This record gives sequence, structure tokens and C-alpha cells, in this order.
Amino acid sequence: MEKTILTGKHFWYGNIAIAEGAIAAGCRFFAGYPITPASEIAEHISRRFPQIGGIFVQFEDELASMAAILGASWTGVKSMTSTSGPGFSLMQENIGLGAMMEVPTVIVNTQRGGPSTGLPTLTGQGDVMQAKWGSHGQYEIIALSPDSPQEAFNLTIRCFNLAEKYRVPVILLTSETIAHSAGKVIVPPENEIELVYRKKPKVPPEEYLPYKPDEDLVPPMACAGEGYTITTTGLTHDEKGYPDTTAEAQEKLVRRLNDKIRIHRKDIVDVKEENMEDAEIAVVSYGQVSRPAKRAVKMAREEGIKAGNIKLITIWPFAEHVIHKWAKQVEYFIVPELNYGQIYLEVKREAEGNAQTILIPRMGGTLITPKEIYQEIKKVSGK
Amino acid sequence: MSEQITKEENLEELHPMDKWLRSERMPHIWCPGCGIGPTLYAWARALDRVGINKDKVVYVSGIGCCGRGSGYLNVDGFHTTHGRAIPFAVGIKLAKPELCVNVISGDGDLFSIGGNHFIHACRRNDDLLVICTNNFIYGMTGGQLAPTTPRGQYSTTSPYGNIEHPFNTPHVADASGAVYVARWTSIHVRRLEKSIAEALNMKGFRYIEVLSPCPVNYGRRNKLPEPDDIAEWFRQSSVVRNGADTSKVEIEKDKPLILGNFVKRVEKPTYYEGLKKLEERVRGEG
Repeated sequence: MEKTILTGKHFWYGNIAIAEGAIAAGCRFFAGYPITPASEIAEHISRRFPQIGGIFVQFEDELASMAAILGASWTGVKSMTSTSGPGFSLMQENIGLGAMMEVPTVIVNTQRGGPSTGLPTLTGQGDVMQAKWGSHGQYEIIALSPDSPQEAFNLTIRCFNLAEKYRVPVILLTSETIAHSAGKVIVPPENEIELVYRKKPKVPPEEYLPYKPDEDLVPPMACAGEGYTITTTGLTHDEKGYPDTTAEAQEKLVRRLNDKIRIHRKDIVDVKEENMEDAEIAVVSYGQVSRPAKRAVKMAREEGIKAGNIKLITIWPFAEHVIHKWAKQVEYFIVPELNYGQIYLEVKREAEGNAQTILIPRMGGTLITPKEIYQEIKKVSGK
Repeated sequence: MSEQITKEENLEELHPMDKWLRSERMPHIWCPGCGIGPTLYAWARALDRVGINKDKVVYVSGIGCCGRGSGYLNVDGFHTTHGRAIPFAVGIKLAKPELCVNVISGDGDLFSIGGNHFIHACRRNDDLLVICTNNFIYGMTGGQLAPTTPRGQYSTTSPYGNIEHPFNTPHVADASGAVYVARWTSIHVRRLEKSIAEALNMKGFRYIEVLSPCPVNYGRRNKLPEPDDIAEWFRQSSVVRNGADTSKVEIEKDKPLILGNFVKRVEKPTYYEGLKKLEERVRGEG
């Protein structure tokens, strides 16, 4: 019989690392629809789940896949789907429902070039804002972005942990480059993988209010079939889960849905800072672009330029406190990204008045090279 | 009446079906003459008749008048997005197979925006009971054309009469592979209850269409304006024909309404059963 967690050293594509990360995180329900460049995740899970006892369904579309993972999560099972741009657009409808009903689940969006069908087989980072704002209404979401197969494995597990902790859909924003790059992935022993599970009610059913939050603003979650007779809706609702379509109920609920993420920003945000102690120029990057960014900073340091790296591992909520802090020290933020300026504007907003922000845009299809980033660093350094 | 009900406690006595109802949520939003209430009553009675543990019953609904039902019944209720009740329910059922998962939703929800999910759930043979309250119209949004509006009938978006061909929903279910297909109306509560009970005792994708009056948004525009006019139309035009060929049960203006238990197939493996068998084979246990 195949093992559940493949402890050891592997040479895996990013997509395989994500599938194995999900299995290691305890995901046992996967619903999806074929799409390039994400399909290998579903393919791998369809092969692995029968070995370990998970439910795999290839649905008729992404609308159904997203609805199904919400339903599955309501039984207490950890669930996931994976897709790319066009499918991610279809999923937005029920990502909103997941935010409203507060359902822990994970969505992998393997970014490709867009808009529309765009570049199915080539990379991009054009869905960053869509990950945050894609569904209608005001809500907060969590999104993480890996730069390698190893990080894809690790962050997939973290996505599940954050989803369970904060009762929110969490998005793993990867890209074609991560999906189809192979690299070393070390899978730790099972007892070294830290897993988080949603809070369960501590009161009997007659006292339980499904949307009454604890101090951390997250309500304990009773699941279907547990005798709690829960009711939930995409309508604005009160603590009982009953529809309450008044301005007062809206104010209370929507504030909490946003605040439960915002007040935990420092717990959720993960960044990696390198060479920042004396840096005058900071390259802010995420996903695969942080690899050429790292190389570019190394090249600049060799030239005696005081450059540093800020790699955003958490994309949403945005690391505004981090940018705010470094804006007082550096003169320039350089933001290379595979779009026409998305995270750039977030950085610029936080840097306002303290440091200048420069965008290195690429519309997708190919990576930004270390040399291109290095040249920009050199230009602003005046050397 | 010789004895007037004067004491308050008499008014608060429990109706035998009250255990299925979230009484504190009454009054409901449905209009006088609506068929959703009697349909849910028949469903709850059928659950009683079959003897299903209330804690294991799940009610998933979509959007529309019927969508609100999941919040009124005293079971685990999920009021989801428009058209997505079926895939949401599939997720629940596959992840926790011991639950009795029911989708009760409207014709627009199940056959327009959710049509693709309906046919694919039939094809996969997902283990669900799906009840469609078909009122021939979009009621909640004010009476627009539905995929079930009979030809020639009026709605707010077909002000000169409907030129489209409506779905014959039992035929859609039958052709897509549902193991149980029936049609009743909300005035045939006893036969509907029996049919639901029969379906609850089966596994696989089971479909029951319940023709349901919408006096306010369908009747008023189609010369059936009084709360009981549509019920009267149902009473006068219904012909029970169990086992009828589903391709011949279209609903047409001024033609008999064919009701009955149309299809009861020899049970075939559900998606879940197929998956479990596959698991055994892959693990070398089967």
C-alpha cells in the first residue's frame, strides 16, 4: 500500500509538490476541472487519493468544483480545488460564498497570461488583484505565493492551516513557471508537519450560535450531521445564521469578516528579507520573480550597491507594515512583476512620502531576467 | 364553533410537524397560494414516514423563493448561490455519505443557471434527492420568463407571450440517467409524500418535479389571478399516468397535466460506490 505522506527527498514539479502538500496537510476532498497549466495537480490527486482514501471528482466546470469544495468542507473534511485564470474567474462566485459562510478551503490558481484565454501555456502574475477583489462585495481573503517546488509544498500546507484557523478560503497563487519547474522537495516526517484544525463548538447544540465569534473574531464551526442543526446562507445573516438583510446586520457582519483577517495581519503575513540592514534600494518581489530578484541584488552587492530583497510570501493581506517600515530607510522600492503594475501600486501606497517606487513590468509569457532588474538597481543607484 | 380558543397556550400547542420547522422564523416570506409550503410539508412527512434521523438530514437550496426553505426547516440547511445547490450538495454527500442530502429548489435555479449541474449529477448518479418546485416563472425577481414557462404564456420579460420551447424536466432527468423520476403538484400532497418516501428509500440520483402555483407572479399575468386559480387548474387538468413515457409529458397550455411516478430504474452504482470499488482495486483489496 502507498504511503500517505511521502517523507524523503524528491525531484518534483511544482504541481506535484502542491498535490503532495495538500495530502500532507490532510486534504481528502478534491474537486476540479481540467485547465492548462494546472491539470497535473488534479491528475496527481486522482492517482493518489484512491491509494489513501480521499474523494476526487472531476466536475462539469469550475462553478461546480468550487461549490463542491465548500459543501465538503461543511462536513469537516479539508478540501481543495486547482485551476488557472479562466477557471479562477468562474470560481469567484463561490469564493464569495465561502467568504460569507466562512468556509475553510484552498484554491490553487496557477497563473497564466491573460486576460481571457490569453497565454494558456505561458506564465503570468496578472491575477494578483483578482485574488483579492475577484468576487463582489467587500471581503478579505488570504493569498500566498511560492517561488519554488519546495516552497509550493510548504505553502500548500500553510494555506490549509490558515484556512482552518481563520475560516476563510485561502488562495495559493502560483504560475505556469512554478507549476512546470522541477526541483528538490524535502518532505519531512509526519510528526514534524504542523497541522491546524478549525475550532469546534464548546457548547451544546441548544446554546450554539453558528456565527457568534470568539475574541479572535472567528466563530467555532459545527459541521453538517453533528446534531447542531446549523443553517447558513450567502445572505447577510445574524449570529444564528438567519437572514437579516438590514443595514445594521450588514455593518456588523461585513466589518467582522474583514476585521478577522486584518487584526491578524502580522500572524498571516510572511516575508523574507535579505541584505536589508543597510539597504538603500529594495527589490520587492513575489512568486517566481523573487528568484531573478535575488540574483540581481547579489550582482548589485558585488558592485558595492546597497541593495536588498523583500520577498512577499503572503500576498494578501498585504505586508503594509513591512513596506511602511522599510520606506523610512530605503530611497527606492523596485517592483518587478509579470503584469502592468499590481503589487507595485500597493507598495507605492505604503511608500508614499518616504521612498520612490519603480515598476519593472512584463505582461507575462516570459520571466524578467536578473540582468533587467540589476540594470534598474544600477540606474537608480547612480553608479 | 362551540368552544372558542381563548387561552394563549392553546394557540401555542405543537403541530405534529413542528419539530421539522424553525418556528421562530415564522412568518415566512411566501405569498398566499404558493406551493412551496405544501411541498415542504410533504417532504417532512415523508422523512417521518421513512424514519430518518433528523440530525442526518441536510437541505441544500439555491436562490429564489424556494431557496429560503433551507432556513425554515429544522435540519442542517445550506442556502447557497444561484444554480449551485446540486454541486454544493454533492460535496456534502461525498464527504459524509451517511447523511441524507436533499436539494429542494426552483425551476429557474435547477434548470436554467444550474442546468449543467443537474444533467451531470444525473449522469454521475450522485446520491441525492432533488425536488424541483416548478412554478413556471421567476417568482422572487418579479415574474420573468423561466426555462419552464409554457409557450404563449406571459411574464414580465415575455410581455407578448413566450416564444421559447420550455424544458420538459422529467424527460431531461430521465434522458440524463436519473434512477427515479416523478411529477406531482403541490395539491397532490398525499401522493407527493408517498413518492418522496419511495425516493428516500432508494439511492442514486432521484428527481421529483412538483408543479407549484405562483399566483402573484405567474397567475396574475396568465388569467389565473386568485390564490387558488392555479390549484384549480391543477385539479381539473391533472391525469395520473404512472410509468408514462417522459418524452410525452410536456406541459402545454390547455392540455392535460400528466403526473405520476414515471421512472424507477434498477439501481446502478452511485459515484461514491464506484469510487470505493476503485479504491479497493487500487489498494489490492478487491
